Amino acid sequence: MKKIYGSAAEALDGVLFDGMLIAAGGFGLCGIPELLIDGIVAAGTKDLTVASNNAGVDDFGLGKLLATRQIKKMMSSYVGENAEFMRQYLSGELELEFNPQGTLAERMRAGGAGIPGFYTKTGVGTVIAEGKEVKTFDGQDYILERGIFADLAIVKAWKADATGNAVFRKTARNFNPPAAMCGRICIMEVEEIVPTGSLDPDTIHLPGIYVHRLIQGTHEKRIEQRTVRQRETA
Amino acid sequence: MPWDRNQMAARAAKELRDGMYVNLGIGIPTLVSNYIPDGITVTLQSENGMLGMGPFPFAGEEDADLINAGKQTITELPHTAYFDSAASFGMIRGGKIAMAILGAMEVSESGDLANWMIPGKLVKGMGGAMDLVAGVGRVVVVMDHANKHGESKVLKSCTLPLTGTGVVDLIITNMGVLEVVPGGLKLLELADGVTEGDLRAATEATLVN
Repeated sequence: MKKIYGSAAEALDGVLFDGMLIAAGGFGLCGIPELLIDGIVAAGTKDLTVASNNAGVDDFGLGKLLATRQIKKMMSSYVGENAEFMRQYLSGELELEFNPQGTLAERMRAGGAGIPGFYTKTGVGTVIAEGKEVKTFDGQDYILERGIFADLAIVKAWKADATGNAVFRKTARNFNPPAAMCGRICIMEVEEIVPTGSLDPDTIHLPGIYVHRLIQGTHEKRIEQRTVRQRETA
Repeated sequence: MPWDRNQMAARAAKELRDGMYVNLGIGIPTLVSNYIPDGITVTLQSENGMLGMGPFPFAGEEDADLINAGKQTITELPHTAYFDSAASFGMIRGGKIAMAILGAMEVSESGDLANWMIPGKLVKGMGGAMDLVAGVGRVVVVMDHANKHGESKVLKSCTLPLTGTGVVDLIITNMGVLEVVPGGLKLLELADGVTEGDLRAATEATLVN
């Protein structure tokens, strides 16, 4: 089966529909599916619900889909870096469902693993627990959280072979594997598609079974907080 | 003189034990890494998917694929390991991280913590804070004793939305060190030049012996 597509537009063709739920990989601007976000901007799909740890910045990442008002609702743990997000949220134009970061990651992983719900102690006794079932195990309270089953996952890896076996680089892995797992269809963008057989099977981070469509492209990989230390002078 | 930010971080660093896996929050807790005592090796976890967090890179060596949970560029160490966010919070929720050192807006005498949201103000989100306080073995809070209006942040009960209930073990402020014990907070240590009377006057929470 052919998984490699020529562009984000080609890979997204026939997959997008208004009102869909999209899970996106990335943490901050690190490891985000830049090319596929641009592709969805170009496609103009509306009323999206996007499960993503963050919401990009005003002019990059998911911020581009906020600027075009294509997102109806975000499921995130932290959205502090985006002024347009705040404007839309405070004016009631954008819905926001806060998820603790680990709960969001586990909701994606669980959905991908066929688990519709799980109990966690994260958020017990907080606003996050409101309206959720509480169950006591061995004297400790846990709340029920739901697995996420996304219509589409958009993720970014470093390298993949033609079958979608993927390798991530450093902390750019983050939400990409769990997001990929929870998509009924997963489209992955990579910096390099390598010949099948050239990746060590023991070092595959995400097996190709989770990846349905694959594109290669050039990434900006913007740095959000450039912090450095001074070299000690002799 | 009460402790300054660096003195608070240095005091928090004394809580570290050799071999610990530790998560440091943003702000003063980040400074703790500058004061790790001699002879003690700890491994810092960054919840976006890394164990063995190294210092900031030299100028020109920044890597967009290598950031900490504050989205700052960092470096790796010889013992660094990377993993995805689900695995990262699996180790947090699963109790594998021995200690978290976090900032706070309010702490209560029963160890409730509020550090993510002020209603009516800009809402940024809890990030990984709720998972950390729920799962980590020992939670140490480092914060100023009073807010900018001079009101105590060490309270009988928190007024702000909670991050977790009964989760804080130790409170290090600019005035001293308080342990959460049954019935209230126990004064363990006073900052230089701070009297017990000063600390009691600045504390709304119940202090017990």
